[in-house]
Amino acid sequence: MIPEIGNFALIVALFLSILQGALPIIGAARNNSVLMGTARPIAVAQFLIVTVAIVCLVHAFVSNDFSVLYVAQHSNSQLPIQYRVAALWGGHEGSLLLWTFILTIWTVAVAAFSRHLPQEMLSRVIGVMGLISTGFLLFMLLTSNPFDRLLPAAMDGQDLNPLLQDPGLVAHPPMLYMGYVGFSVAFSFALSALLGGKLDSTWARWSRPWTTVAWVFLTVGIALGSMWAYYELGWGGWWFWDPVENASFMPWLAGTALIHSLAVTEKRAAFKSWTVLLAIAAFSLSLLGTFLVRSGVLTSVHAFATDPKRGIFILTFLVVVIGSSLLLFAWRAPKIGLGGKFDLISRESMLLSNNVLLAVACASVFLGTLYPLFMDALGFGKLSVGPPYFNTVFVPLMAPLVMMMGLGPIARWKHATLPDIWLRIRWALVASMVIAVLLPLVMGEWTPLIALGILLAAWVVITTVLDLRKRIAGSGDLVQRLKTPSRSYYGMQLAHLGIAVFIIGVTMVKGYETERDVRMDVGDTVEAGGYQFRFDGVIDVPGPNYTASQGRVVVSKNGKVVTQLFPEKRTYSVTGMPMTEASIEPGFTRDLYVSLGEPIPGTTAWAVRVYIKPFVDWIWFGCLMMAIGGGLSISDRRYRIHARKAQTVATGGELLKEKTA
Amino acid sequence: MTPRKKRTIFIVGGLALVGAAVGLVLFALKNNVSLYFTPTQVYKKEVPENRSFRIGGLVEKGSLERDKDGLTVRFRITDTTNTMKVVYVGILPDLFKEGKGVVAEGKLEDGNTFHASEVLAKHDENYMPPEAADAIKKAKAAKAEAAQSSNGAPAAYSVTK
Repeated sequence: MIPEIGNFALIVALFLSILQGALPIIGAARNNSVLMGTARPIAVAQFLIVTVAIVCLVHAFVSNDFSVLYVAQHSNSQLPIQYRVAALWGGHEGSLLLWTFILTIWTVAVAAFSRHLPQEMLSRVIGVMGLISTGFLLFMLLTSNPFDRLLPAAMDGQDLNPLLQDPGLVAHPPMLYMGYVGFSVAFSFALSALLGGKLDSTWARWSRPWTTVAWVFLTVGIALGSMWAYYELGWGGWWFWDPVENASFMPWLAGTALIHSLAVTEKRAAFKSWTVLLAIAAFSLSLLGTFLVRSGVLTSVHAFATDPKRGIFILTFLVVVIGSSLLLFAWRAPKIGLGGKFDLISRESMLLSNNVLLAVACASVFLGTLYPLFMDALGFGKLSVGPPYFNTVFVPLMAPLVMMMGLGPIARWKHATLPDIWLRIRWALVASMVIAVLLPLVMGEWTPLIALGILLAAWVVITTVLDLRKRIAGSGDLVQRLKTPSRSYYGMQLAHLGIAVFIIGVTMVKGYETERDVRMDVGDTVEAGGYQFRFDGVIDVPGPNYTASQGRVVVSKNGKVVTQLFPEKRTYSVTGMPMTEASIEPGFTRDLYVSLGEPIPGTTAWAVRVYIKPFVDWIWFGCLMMAIGGGLSISDRRYRIHARKAQTVATGGELLKEKTA
Repeated sequence: MTPRKKRTIFIVGGLALVGAAVGLVLFALKNNVSLYFTPTQVYKKEVPENRSFRIGGLVEKGSLERDKDGLTVRFRITDTTNTMKVVYVGILPDLFKEGKGVVAEGKLEDGNTFHASEVLAKHDENYMPPEAADAIKKAKAAKAEAAQSSNGAPAAYSVTK
């Protein structure tokens, strides 16, 4: 009965979303404030009804209702309760429902926090979000309904993939989706600005905080996924350039470019058309990412052929969304104008290069990810594009980007001069070069790539400190002076320092990690990176829905015991699937990482992986700094008081345009 | 500097950058795409020499052997028509099993042994890597064809060895 309620709720939500997509937009076109007034109530109603649907599905999972096909495929009565709830987004259908649910959350948030927006603008934004929701609800109801029944009901479920039974993976998909769907707000703002024909710095100021919040969620989501891969897949990698990862990385790159170009649009009223294009691109890539990962196309193009209805719907949906927004862009963009002028050497031109580099990086990931798919679909045979491709392309693209990152905040808007910049950064450049040459020698091994990584990180840190010192220069109380720069300035610099920390992590792990695969018998000791690892054998330990062989490894350094590690090899009872559970002793400068391979037949020995991962946690700490930086920058005063100032800023923006034109 | 000159510099600079990026992408693609072959193609010597490639198929039942060091493993990959010997040093992935699908990346050395640098067996128990599935499909199709041309003679014998 309850699944039928859920199903019915989805149908009602579909009708509401159609209304939400039609009435406010028609109202805005005819300047009819009654029609526009429906935007908010319908958005709230849709949110409530989708909540009903998602509660029904959670209920089916928690109560082990295996007459629901989706539950039978992704859960089991032995599954611990928290994973039964998380199993909701363990597959295609439930993920779509989660996506739609998050979309309605964002819509209600926009409705609640944008009361100061002109009614026309707000109606259009909510209308566009309603149209997106219509697409997803239709897709769910026509091809991927999570409430489809399984008759007769299964005795028990097929269980959630053991890889997904992990706290990291409970949080990863919702975070990622918060990011994906969050870009729909930037997209809707861009489309409604195109529809209304009004694109100025006020528009940029409105959509900036939303875009940044979405970007923060996406950053956290990607970092969580990477951490999970590191400790759960059992071989210590943190990024594999796997198509599934690339699918989330592409919107991140486009979103990062968008954040920067929005800054220019807000401050200088420039890059307007480009910003709109980026907003469209970021959301389109989010859609692509959602579909690529869950529809099964990546594992095989033939997934489309086995379920042609889904494939055709996805392709149509993508074509409609991307095609119609680009058409609208082509039709309206000429009216937007180019905005403020700037010189060859200026902060604008540096942010322009930032955008070009990020866009090119995004395109190269896109190409590498989809190339095998196209070749296969066109009948040229199967091939794979591996990590070496991405590493070869990425390092040369990112290195100038990071160098530019140190220069951008120092350069003036509109007009800067090279001698002036040179005067301010020469010592920073010399200092980071010296560090880059010397530090690897101290660490024991010097390679060009390690030196490059250290150069980039040192450069970012030093230029950031220099710039901060300049901005708080003067006499008087230091605390007072530290308050002079805005919060968004601190946010930006914190995020940039996060990149530096991230680069240090990547460089150190790549350059100095020790990886040893060894055969270890009980009592054997192996040496790695100055640590001794003693293997004390394996005992059997039962778990809630698995049995584990748990090894004990005692780690010591210079004769003193550092820690004990307990890596496991689990066998999940329902699927019979084996799983490696690594044991990690995290540390500020290094992780000690041990995982069990397989038992060696006829002996008590095991194949064991023993890794020392220097500075690996800095990778995720850097991501966290970026996310906090994003959060800090949107807590800036000017976003909190923009309600009052919206009007004056609009006229100010016009003035600015006239002056620079 | 005139606005026109400025615009030219922007355009030329942008094009140069994009051009360099395209060159980089093409260079990287050329060197880092690994082609995929079936054991039958290896048997027919259609594979490149001294270049890394991927093969896919099933791990032949009963073929897995372990050297005394515990880390060197030898097994055979089959597409049900032809098989090939594989050597790998290291720890096999969780889902590696005899009779299940597998994809290995590496080089062919001393004529007939595939030295794998990486062995992939991802996803769940019943999942078959698309490359492996494809290899078996191709081999079966070849058998069927051979069976037709030789008027229904048992194909398996006519093709293998």
